[in-house]
Amino acid sequence: MHLYQPPLEDYNFILHHFLKIEKEDIEGYKDLSPEFTRPIFEEAGKLASEVISPSNKDGDEQGCKLENGIVRTPESFKLAFDKLRAGGWLSLDIEEEFGGQNLPLILSTVTNEMFTSANMSLTMYSGLSRGAYSAIFLHGSEDQKQMYLPKLANCEWTGTMNLTEPHCGTDLGLIRTKAILTENGSYEVSGQKIFISSGDHDLSENIIHLVLAKTPDAPEGVKGISLFVVPKFLVNDDGSLGERNKLSVGKIEKKMGIKGNATCVMNYDGATGYLVGEENKGLKAMFTMMNEARLGVGMQGLAQAEIAYQAALNYAKDRIQGRAIQGKANPDQSADPIIVHPDVRRNLMEQKSFIEGARGFIAWAAVLLDKAKRDGDKNAEGIASLLIPVIKGYVTDKGFEYTINAQQVFGGHGYIEEWGMSQYARDCRIAMIYEGTNGIQALDLVGRKLAMDGGKHMREYLKLVQNFIKEEHSKDFENDFIAPLKKSIEHLQAALLFFMENGLKNPLSAVSGATDFLHLVGLVSLGFIWSKKAQSAEEQLKNPLSDKNFLEAKILTGSYFMNRQLPETRLRLDKILTGEKQVMSLAANQF
Amino acid sequence: MKILVPVKRVLDYNVKARVKADGSGIDLANVKMSMNPFDEIALEEAIRIKEKGNAEEIIAVSIGVQQNQETLRTALAMGADRAILVVATDDVHNDIEPLTVANILAAITLKEGPSLILCGKQAIDNDFNATAQMLSAKLKWSQATFASEIDVKDDIIRVTREVDGGLQTIDAKIPAVVSVDLRLNEPRYASLPNIMKAKRKPLEEINPADLGVEITQRLKVIETKEPDSREAGLILENIDQLVEKIQENVGG
Repeated sequence: MHLYQPPLEDYNFILHHFLKIEKEDIEGYKDLSPEFTRPIFEEAGKLASEVISPSNKDGDEQGCKLENGIVRTPESFKLAFDKLRAGGWLSLDIEEEFGGQNLPLILSTVTNEMFTSANMSLTMYSGLSRGAYSAIFLHGSEDQKQMYLPKLANCEWTGTMNLTEPHCGTDLGLIRTKAILTENGSYEVSGQKIFISSGDHDLSENIIHLVLAKTPDAPEGVKGISLFVVPKFLVNDDGSLGERNKLSVGKIEKKMGIKGNATCVMNYDGATGYLVGEENKGLKAMFTMMNEARLGVGMQGLAQAEIAYQAALNYAKDRIQGRAIQGKANPDQSADPIIVHPDVRRNLMEQKSFIEGARGFIAWAAVLLDKAKRDGDKNAEGIASLLIPVIKGYVTDKGFEYTINAQQVFGGHGYIEEWGMSQYARDCRIAMIYEGTNGIQALDLVGRKLAMDGGKHMREYLKLVQNFIKEEHSKDFENDFIAPLKKSIEHLQAALLFFMENGLKNPLSAVSGATDFLHLVGLVSLGFIWSKKAQSAEEQLKNPLSDKNFLEAKILTGSYFMNRQLPETRLRLDKILTGEKQVMSLAANQF
Repeated sequence: MKILVPVKRVLDYNVKARVKADGSGIDLANVKMSMNPFDEIALEEAIRIKEKGNAEEIIAVSIGVQQNQETLRTALAMGADRAILVVATDDVHNDIEPLTVANILAAITLKEGPSLILCGKQAIDNDFNATAQMLSAKLKWSQATFASEIDVKDDIIRVTREVDGGLQTIDAKIPAVVSVDLRLNEPRYASLPNIMKAKRKPLEEINPADLGVEITQRLKVIETKEPDSREAGLILENIDQLVEKIQENVGG
């Protein structure tokens, strides 16, 4: 069983050399020197590898158990969660007035990646709480904020998000959960919610459920949805816990992965709830934190690919099997480590070049979101909104693919449970599904984000990449990085042109290529990020004290991506250009 | 009571040490360094003594290169109140010898007036296990080494020592120098708020000359070698061959 090792050097490189965050003119950024971030990441990394990572297998093997109406998590989860909470790690980016450190999203993105790599199921308990915190922070009344936020901030109480019902998930306009106003101004909430992550557990003393429901005279569809806060234990005016609310866990779902996180059926039987924000504005309130939530899920795809890659790399260096084609690498032993074999290499390079690229991509998006949130920068917000479905969809699709690749390195040992590779693959899979399936992400990108604000954000994005291409580059860099990047952006432009010419009169033709387009933008983005990273590695190499080994590996890994992964843009474009012709060619009864 | 805790910055225990090409030592360029684990245990104990109300202040000291301030920030984040950095060299490969370290610490002790010095029994890089003993001799203080349990009562410190094949408990009169062993405690993780606060805690930077101590090198590294790699084994056909091999090698 592999114990997680935090990639501290890569974080340092991405934050301080590629993004140069301390030079960004964003509120709260000027303190973020390497001296500032290093001790934070080192300690979080230590916790992740020494305390959190060892609990991961317990989540998979023991899972969560429903006993007498209460969900029990593995013992090691409680220990790890207590350490996270006691260390203040769960409130890193929470406002100071509610007990947090008010550090920017770029830092919590890094610490969350570490904790998620170490144990995704466990980290989800705090992740959902963060969502509940944001919803109440942005839309709750002053009393609600004072009552819930100080406790939610550090997960003394945790939170959940209740959207899905048995008959509706993507189309929330269909929900049936009812909320009836009572005389004292609270509501009685009744209905069934399913797939509720962290729905119940024994990691915190209270659970604050955020529930979407309809009032009796609400308008039809999504315009009639309201948001309610429904605590597991009612909270007295002095903040102490009162009686148990009328809600219960119907069952814990049996599922493919993330077994340490209790996915619950929640039954609300006239439970006391309190309206958050205005009636019928619930869906909008729930979706204001969508960007951060989807960035977080994209990061889960990356985090699982990372831990799986670490394990695969160790195994490839350790496992001896066969001889290197170019001659014995290890003549003293009966065989060579499998890392000498080109196909194992190819596999590891695929993983490494994706992971490091995706890490840069997500970090860049986090900086854009910080710029939007802290400085009110509309341009940054627009580009981030455009890229969020790409991060969610592309990074989780590929994150899963490369987790499977890492499993492949182990041969049969990857398929049995002992090595843990199967768990990574099963855990990772959910990220492609929840928080809007990846198909929905592609629709969001093509159907909404491209046209948002008159198509401004895609134009700004293209400009960023094109301006970079136009800069002066060395000849080697031009060949290895700029030439492939140029080609890929031509493919992107051709796809955009196709959408513009056909999309309006025949939306089917654009929508049929939505997933390919999402991947196309993902590929171009990683190509752009890798080029920028390689450029900063080149710059840094001029410093004689720099870590030559590390920086050269960066450039070579980037070159792998540019020349062996990025060409996929051609394939994606060709598929997009077929429009709906083949995709929609069969009648439903011909399947 | 003030407690002084010297902390050394060493190659992180998770990092595989690589010998420099010229054999003069371990390659420390661009590798992860952290606080010597034994010193971390000493610091944890000091914090616990303070938390029990038996000490008022903890001073962490580190001797070496400028970057040792990272190690001191870690100490401050864990719970030291202030820190002193003695910049004794500008080359991380230049290991300051135990006697010089003891001289520097003795000078700091005279200046700061602690009654207890808690330190790791040895550093995991050179494994000398000498500084605490030299320091107590210099100061003419009580000495207790290899502590696996510590209890402070008034001016007596009761120390359970890990000795060959068992434990020995002794009472030492304070002031004392105590070196700690692995099983004394499990160091805490620094909390995020404390890491942030540590950035504002006082960290004083001085030179050995400020203390009137000269850096002298009495020891010379002749050679540093990686352990021999294990040679490939022999696969034997039967028990007779095995017996034969044993007789060949053991004689007999």
